[in-house]
Amino acid sequence: MPVIRYAEALNAALYQALSEDPRVFVLGEDIAQYGGVFKVTKGLRDAFGDRVRDTPISEQTLTAMAVTAAMTGTRPVLEIMYADFMPLTLDALVNQASVYGYLWGDQVELPFVLRTQGGGGLGTGAQHAKSLDSFVAHIPGLKVVAPVTPADARGLLLAAIQDPAPVVVLEHKLLYNTRGEVPDGGAPVEIGRARVARPGRDVSLIATSRMVLEAEAAADRLAESGIEAEVIDLRTLRPLDVAAITASVAKTHHAVVINEDWGFCGYAAELSATIMDHAFDDLDAPVERVATRDMPIPYAQPLEDAVIPNAARIVHAALRALA
Amino acid sequence: MSADLTPLANRPSIDDHLTMHRRMAITRGIEQELGALHKAGRTRGPIHRCDGQEAVGVGATAVLTADDYVTTTHRGHAVYIGKGLDPRKVVAEILGRETGYNGGRAGHMLLGSAAHGMLGGNAIVGASIPAAAGMALSVQLRRQDRVAVAVFGDGAAQTGICHESMNLAALWRLPVVFLLENNEYGLTVPYTAQSAVRDLHVRAAGYDMPGVQIDGNDVVAVHQAVAAAVQRARRGEGPSLIEARTYRMEGFSTSDVGGYQSEADLARWRARDPLTVSRAALVESVGADRVEAVEAEAAEIVAAAFAAALADPPPRFAPHPASAPYATPGPVRGAARGAALGAA
Ligand SMILES: Cc1ncc(C[n+]2csc(CCOP(=O)(O)OP(=O)(O)O)c2C)c(N)n1
Ligand SMILES: [Mg+2]
Repeated sequence: MPVIRYAEALNAALYQALSEDPRVFVLGEDIAQYGGVFKVTKGLRDAFGDRVRDTPISEQTLTAMAVTAAMTGTRPVLEIMYADFMPLTLDALVNQASVYGYLWGDQVELPFVLRTQGGGGLGTGAQHAKSLDSFVAHIPGLKVVAPVTPADARGLLLAAIQDPAPVVVLEHKLLYNTRGEVPDGGAPVEIGRARVARPGRDVSLIATSRMVLEAEAAADRLAESGIEAEVIDLRTLRPLDVAAITASVAKTHHAVVINEDWGFCGYAAELSATIMDHAFDDLDAPVERVATRDMPIPYAQPLEDAVIPNAARIVHAALRALA
Repeated sequence: MSADLTPLANRPSIDDHLTMHRRMAITRGIEQELGALHKAGRTRGPIHRCDGQEAVGVGATAVLTADDYVTTTHRGHAVYIGKGLDPRKVVAEILGRETGYNGGRAGHMLLGSAAHGMLGGNAIVGASIPAAAGMALSVQLRRQDRVAVAVFGDGAAQTGICHESMNLAALWRLPVVFLLENNEYGLTVPYTAQSAVRDLHVRAAGYDMPGVQIDGNDVVAVHQAVAAAVQRARRGEGPSLIEARTYRMEGFSTSDVGGYQSEADLARWRARDPLTVSRAALVESVGADRVEAVEAEAAEIVAAAFAAALADPPPRFAPHPASAPYATPGPVRGAARGAALGAA
């Protein structure tokens, strides 16, 4: 299997979708001539011409337009450069894209994909480092995926484009240069299925997006003390793979949930509640929640480091659960 | 740029011009030093330099009093220095030090100083526009003699909130000046690929407000145009739109790999560098010695600012109680657990 970068894997999915389906088009800021600020759309303009478009800085309108373009026979893939700009798209998501599938039934399809990237770690400050997962995962009628491996990046983006419903793809700025094996052949990865990233029997570390890598690092450190942590990569935030979570907790009886959004009303809170709803009897200890501290993301490195979750905080949480 | 220059009213005094020249030189010195530090791996995150655009931020803010408000963009260093902020504390903030204006929390894009009416840098494109309009609304409601200036880019001019802000400001005759800094690019996309009209100031007609296009590389022209718009705002006649034509010389940010701005354009604009333009005018009126002395003073201020800021301590993390989600402390299950929670 070829080893490629996460950004290249996304590029491959877009290339494949544009090649296979003439209804697919890609739009966003700086994505065509420049190939995207994270180079995800590199080369697509040359290959597909006008189906790959640079736009003015108009997130609110573009999202609304993409929704109705999807409703009327095309398959738009819209890039929103930073997840921090998602609030500008929210009306089109929460009042438009997500409601018609229910209100109007199968008269309309909404094969609309919104790609964005969030997360801290690069010193980009309070308006360019957030993860607003819960903003979108909260909305009935949307699907939300968050691949962490290059293979899933390719497979889930492809599945998102092929899906008849609106899908938000959450990427992470620190993942674009990570590498991994990606199978040839370009098969989609099923939306709604979690993955056991590392098996273990003592504690379940249930994580999303880049936090899966922190959980894996935490599992390495826990292993040094003889603790076998199981790492679950959720891959899809909505619809949630409850069975994968309950299967793991039934085995380990201890759970740490990890997400880079804020804690309060955040995605980790939903995971915690889900475990309470579905696996309470299996728990030997309260669920531990690890999330970004409830405050704006600061700029300076020591401050940002103190706010974003990391392996050390996950280790602490696991030890608390096991205490 | 020749056709639409404002009339030669509101000429700044020689002293004002010298002050503006010094502030432009300080800004340029900061940008160049940041570029060097970036290359040496000593900065953090992308930094958006304003080399070649200093006349816009400096010329506009020179018109304002300390009570007047200004909002700016992710590329706001000229506005920070122009509004009279201390270069040493600006540099410390950009370098993420405890001694910066915001203790390293804000960084170079989001710096704010209420005492200077500089509120502030803003990295959500377009957000600086309603921000200034809201301050102008407050001024109007409180019947104060203040104005607010919104600095924003050609990219920001294409946002929805730009339209909404201009309509509201004109409708309510708010004391605000819309200063559109057209540096020809929104990130990597030329403004001609973002706007159906080439001359962005013509949009003012749609809001029934005056719109002018000026040479944004001539600090005197910027000063004059903004002074006229500020006077109109103070008279209660409402907003104006000024399109300052300039050019981005050092790429979008320190992480821009470039290659999409033409050498010919760069050369043409380099010849019209705002410091060169300003220097030529000043040498004629006060002589080369005086101008060189001002520039030497600026260089010293910049060197001292970096020397001090680089030696300053990094900030120490503290929680932010106002952002905290729980009114009362969370549940504690056993003493050991409570202690462990403190450790996280
Ligand atoms: C709402 C929003 N969309 C996109 C971005 C990403 N972005 C940052 S600066 C920029 C270009 C801004 O162009 P312009 O307003 O002309 O300012 P300039 O960089 O030229 O000073 C873009 C697209 C952003 N920060 N905010
Ligand atoms: Mg611009």
